[in-house]
Amino acid sequence: MNLLAAPIVIPLLLATLALLGMRSHRWQQALAVGGAALLVLVSFRLLFRVREEGALALQVGNWPAPFGITLAADLLGAIMVVLSSVTGLAIALYSVGARETARERFGYYPLVLLLLMGVNGAFLTGDVFNLYVCFEVMLMASFVLLALGGEKPQIEGGVKYVALNFFSSALFLAAAGLLYGAVGTLNMADLAVKIPAAEDGGLLTAIGLLFLAAFGIKAAIFPLFFWLPASYHTPPPAVSALFAGLLTKVGVYALIRFFTMLFPLEASFTQPLMMWLAALTMITGVLGAAAQHEFRRVLSFHIVSQIGYMIMGLALFTPLALAGSIFYIMHHIIVKTNLFLVSGVVHYLRGTGELKELGGFYRARPWLAILFLVPAMSLAGLPPLSGFFAKLALVVAGLREAAWALVASALAVSLLTLYSMTKIWGEVFWKADPTPNAEAAMEPARYRMLVWPIVLLAAVTVAIGFSAGPMFALAVDAAGQLANPSAYIRAVLGTAP
Amino acid sequence: MELLMAIVIGFLYAAGVFLMQRRNMVKFLVGLALLSHGANLLIFTAGGFTRGSPPIIPEDADVAPILHADPLPQALILTAIVISFAVLAFALILFLRAYQTTGTDDLHDLRSTDT
Repeated sequence: MNLLAAPIVIPLLLATLALLGMRSHRWQQALAVGGAALLVLVSFRLLFRVREEGALALQVGNWPAPFGITLAADLLGAIMVVLSSVTGLAIALYSVGARETARERFGYYPLVLLLLMGVNGAFLTGDVFNLYVCFEVMLMASFVLLALGGEKPQIEGGVKYVALNFFSSALFLAAAGLLYGAVGTLNMADLAVKIPAAEDGGLLTAIGLLFLAAFGIKAAIFPLFFWLPASYHTPPPAVSALFAGLLTKVGVYALIRFFTMLFPLEASFTQPLMMWLAALTMITGVLGAAAQHEFRRVLSFHIVSQIGYMIMGLALFTPLALAGSIFYIMHHIIVKTNLFLVSGVVHYLRGTGELKELGGFYRARPWLAILFLVPAMSLAGLPPLSGFFAKLALVVAGLREAAWALVASALAVSLLTLYSMTKIWGEVFWKADPTPNAEAAMEPARYRMLVWPIVLLAAVTVAIGFSAGPMFALAVDAAGQLANPSAYIRAVLGTAP
Repeated sequence: MELLMAIVIGFLYAAGVFLMQRRNMVKFLVGLALLSHGANLLIFTAGGFTRGSPPIIPEDADVAPILHADPLPQALILTAIVISFAVLAFALILFLRAYQTTGTDDLHDLRSTDT
């Protein structure tokens, strides 16, 4: 099978097989874990090939670009597929330990696989309309995963999530239609060639802003993020973690892809706007988190705040800043998923996430406390963990561009993130348990099953931190390919631009 | 024709956005449906109108007529209709469940998960 199609076809195939064996939990679990492991292998293979040979492209159905549907992978796309696969593996393992048997009966694992299919498709597609379709596949799977189980908070969160994402899809669709009307193509490589030559700059800026609004809702940037903290804390922990790690980052990926290759931000009307959005996203997110007193609600607001950092790198639009953004995504997906997984263990043990009612975890389960501390300190940006290098790159890039206000807010937000993380640490792990012996009995085997994926992701965080040099070099290469997409264009269209 | 379509699309968007700001769940959903119809017609219009010349190659020729209708926007719209139909069907059921579990169809009363 072609390496480019595999990350999309494998989950589809396995989801179908899992659906055929709906009655057997073991069959579904084996398929989900095995499939996710296979995806990790395939995605690393893809990354190495893209690293060696440059951008790859596949014309689906042998229709030549720009007429057919194109799959294409440059370094950014390949990196994102690796990240989604690693997250998928951790979630699949965790779900086996979580034992949500009632949900498993109604297609939990096939939905997770289909979600991965949509996410990978979004990262690998080379066509704007195909991106829309992949978004919808991913959203549809996430809608059902969010509502599966039908608890009251889930349904309420689901209403907001579905409504706003539906709205953003309508905007995306309208923008894609207008873009086709203005330029006459939706193939990304073809667009990258034709948009700079197009005469109607004002119309294209307007279309770009429409895309910004559509992806901004999905990426949860200021002021479009309200659906996120209202819904992410309601589903089971594994689903929260999957959403927290991947979904908003697909929106960020689309923003980065569109505003580097198609609508370059440099000296455009959109660039100052993007800077404001980045700063306000960081600040409102972290202030929202400071006001929360529930484990997952705090973490949900931190997603918003972290999205601001990624947008900051995009808004500065220097090679270093873009590389910083990409490195930030690499670090963030792993760390954020991990924090949600830890909150899930706490939730399964105590049946609540209210910080007031929790405590004493450092005494009862010291290893879990340390496993929380690794991603938490990484999120706050303490060296030598991955978050430190991500923030360092962004701050240095901001200082070189003399964007003082943006850098100042990034540093202040970083400090407040540390405050939030120490708040959770103090309340959940450090202080004495307000209700001793409230812990639900949990078999050691199940507990280990829940903790192993956390160990895996924590190890990845530490590894990114200690190999920050090579990792950052990879991010720099990926940013270089975005700033100068000629290799991508040649791979897709077959001719030099 | 373009002018007429522009007015129709503008009306659909206005009506959709207006309905989405109502508190009633059903009206909200009708608003979403109108909005996606507006988006579909927008793609259709942006693709340009060509009358009476389908993109079919005549039997005695090798290429399609020079000024033929662009089939791509129509393919896009078909896909988009199917997708929005599915999403709308799911949203209807979800909102019905929301009505059954919370006992209200007023969106302002769905506040327990807000912050």
